Amino acid sequence: MKLSELLMIWSDTPAVSTLIWLILILVAMYLGRSSAHKLINAATGLLNSVMKFTSESLVSLEQRIAKRNKQVILHEGSEATERAIEREFYRVSSIVAQDLSAYPTVQRKITDAINQIEADYQASNETPPSPPEWLEAVEAISNIQGNGDSAVDRILESIKDSLEQAHKDTLRAFRKSSLVRLQVMKKMLPSWRGLSQTVSHMNKSVTDLGERADFIDTQMQQYEKIRAEDDKVARLLTSSSLTQFFVAGLVLVIAILGGVINFQLIALPMSEMVGGTSEIGGWRTADIAAMVIIMVEVAMGLFLLESLRITHLFPLIGSMDDKMRRRMMIVALSILTILATVEASLAYMRDLLAMDREVLTQSLAGVVVTNAEFRWIPSIGQMVMGFILPFALAFVAIPLESFVHSSRTVIGLVVAGVIRTLAYIVSMAGQATEQAGNIIGYAYDMIIFLPLAMEQWARQIKDVRKTDSVEDVYDVDETVGGSKL
Amino acid sequence: MKQLRNLIVVVLALGLAACGEKVPKTKGVYMLIDTSGTYTMELDKARKIANYLLGNLNSGDSLAMAKIDSASFSEKDIIAKVTFDSRPSTTTSQKHMFKRKLDEFVSTAKPSAHTDITGAVLQASEYLNETNAKEKYILIFSDLEEDLAKGYIRDFTIPLVSIKVVALNVTKLRSDNVDPRDYLNRLDAWEKRVYAGGGEWKVLNDLDHLNKLLGS
Repeated sequence: MKLSELLMIWSDTPAVSTLIWLILILVAMYLGRSSAHKLINAATGLLNSVMKFTSESLVSLEQRIAKRNKQVILHEGSEATERAIEREFYRVSSIVAQDLSAYPTVQRKITDAINQIEADYQASNETPPSPPEWLEAVEAISNIQGNGDSAVDRILESIKDSLEQAHKDTLRAFRKSSLVRLQVMKKMLPSWRGLSQTVSHMNKSVTDLGERADFIDTQMQQYEKIRAEDDKVARLLTSSSLTQFFVAGLVLVIAILGGVINFQLIALPMSEMVGGTSEIGGWRTADIAAMVIIMVEVAMGLFLLESLRITHLFPLIGSMDDKMRRRMMIVALSILTILATVEASLAYMRDLLAMDREVLTQSLAGVVVTNAEFRWIPSIGQMVMGFILPFALAFVAIPLESFVHSSRTVIGLVVAGVIRTLAYIVSMAGQATEQAGNIIGYAYDMIIFLPLAMEQWARQIKDVRKTDSVEDVYDVDETVGGSKL
Repeated sequence: MKQLRNLIVVVLALGLAACGEKVPKTKGVYMLIDTSGTYTMELDKARKIANYLLGNLNSGDSLAMAKIDSASFSEKDIIAKVTFDSRPSTTTSQKHMFKRKLDEFVSTAKPSAHTDITGAVLQASEYLNETNAKEKYILIFSDLEEDLAKGYIRDFTIPLVSIKVVALNVTKLRSDNVDPRDYLNRLDAWEKRVYAGGGEWKVLNDLDHLNKLLGS
C-alpha cells in the first residue's frame, strides 16, 4: 500500500482524511505520553552516559599519553645531558692528561728557572772594583798650587796625570763590571719569559678546567631535575624539542629541494644508461635509476656520519670496534666519492645532450646552427654541482636524526592534543544530548498541547468540584453542630 | 601456515607484477605526402609538418614518411622510416638522418600521374600495426582526390582499427570553388571509409595549430 493510499484510508477528501489521521496520532501520542517521555529520557540518558564514559576514557588516555610523552622527553633529555656530561668529562680528562699530568715536570721547570734567576741575581750583585787606597793622598797633593818652581810644577803635573789615569782606570773597570752584570741580567731574561709562559699556560688550563667544572655542575643540576621529573624541565625540554623539530624540518625541506635539483641533473643522461622508454610501475626506469643513485648517496652519507659517530641512528655501527668503524667510514666515503664522480660525468653528459637537442631544434626550425660563446661555463657549473651535491646531501643525516628524535615528542603532543579535543567534544555532546532529551520532551508536549490542555481543564473542574463537595460537607457539619441545631 | 605461505606468494607475485618493466605509451606516425599534379608545390608545408613531428616524437616512437603516387601500396614509396632508439643521443642522430632524407626527397620530388590514396593508407596501416605503438596516426597530406590508374581495385574497407587518420592541408581544388559540395563530399566519403575500417577521422587544415596534431 502506498503512502497516498494510506493517507486516504478514512475518507476520499484529503483534508478530512488528514484531519482524522492527525486526531488519531494526537490521541495515540497523548495516550503514550508517559512511555514516550520515559523512552526519551532513557535514550538520552544512555547516550549521555556513554559519552561521559567515553570522555572519561579519553581523558584517562590523554593523561597516559601525556605521562608517556613526559617520560620520553625526560628520557631524551637525560640521555642528552648524560652525553654532554660525558663529553665534558672527556674534555676534562684530556686537559688533565695533556696539561696537568705534566705538572711535576712543569714544577721542576719552574724551580729550575727560579734557581737560575736567583743565581743570576746573585751574580749581578757583585760590587765593582774600588779605586786604589793611595788615590786620596795623591789627589790631596795634586790639589797643592804650584809656586812657580818648574820642578815642582812638573811633579804636580805628573801627579795630576797619574790621578786622571787612575780615574780612567776606575771608570773602565766600573763599566766592565756593569757590562758583566748586564750580561748576567740578559741571561735571566729567557728564564723569566719561560717562567711567565709556563705560569700563563698553567693558568689557562686551570681556568679552562674551572669553566668545564662549572658547566658540569650546571648539567648535573639539570640532570638531577630530570631524574626528579621536574615539570619545569620537562616543559623546557618540550619547547627545545619543538624548536629542533621545526629547524630540522626546514633543513630537510632544503635538502629535498637539493635532491630535486640533483635529480634534474642526472635523470636525462640516465636514459643513456638504462634507456628512455622502459617503465617500472608506471615510472620511467631512468627516473627510478636517478632516484636510486640519490638515495644511495644519502644512505652512504648516513653510514659515513654514523661511522664518524656524529649521528647515532644505527646503534650497531656506533658499537663497532674502532678498526671496523674506520673501514666502514673509508668504504662509505669511497662509494660516495665514486657516485659524486659519476654524477659529475652525468651532468656533463646532460649538457652534451642538451646541446645536441638545441642543434636539432635549430636545424628543424631552419635556423643556421651557431656555437654559443662561453658554453663551457654552464658545462663546468653543472659538473661541479653534480660533484658537490652528493656530499651536501650526505649531511642530511644530521637534521634527519634531530627530526626523527624530535618527531616522537611532536607526534605525542599532537596525539595528546587531538585526544584532549575529542574528549572535550564528546563531553559537550553528552551534555547536549541530555538537554536535547528535555527539549524533545517539551516538543512532544507541545504537539499534544490540546489534549493536555483539555486534561488540565478537566482536572481543574474535578478539583473545583471536589473542593465544592468538601465545602458542602463542612457546611453540613457546621449546620449540624452550629446554631441551626 | 599454508595460508600464510599462499599470502606471501600472492604478495610477491603482485610486487613483481608492479615492478615489471613496462613499455610506455609510444606513438607511431605514418605521414603520407601527395605528389600528384601541382600538389608538389605544397611540399614545403609537408616539410614543416615533418619537422614538427621530428621535434615532438621521442625515444621509442616510430615515424615513417611515404609518398602517394600512382601505385602506393608498396614499400618503395617509403621515403624514410625510423623507430627512435631508447638512448636520447641516438634518437637525436636518427632525427638528423631522417631530416636529411626528407630534405633530399623534397628537393628531388617529381609529380606522379595518378593518386592512389587507398593503397598508401593500407600500406600505412600495415606498417603501424607492426610497430606495436600504443597510439597510431596516419597523416594524409593531400587534397583527398583519388585518381586511380586503370585496373587498380581500391573499393574495399581499409582495416584501420585503433588508428587515427588526420587529413592535413586538404586544399580546395578549382572545381571545389565552383561547387563546394565536391569538397564536402570528398571529406565525407573519406570519413565514412575511415570509420568503416574502425579508425578515427580528423581534419586539420590550419597548419598553425600543429600542436593539435597528435592530441586527442
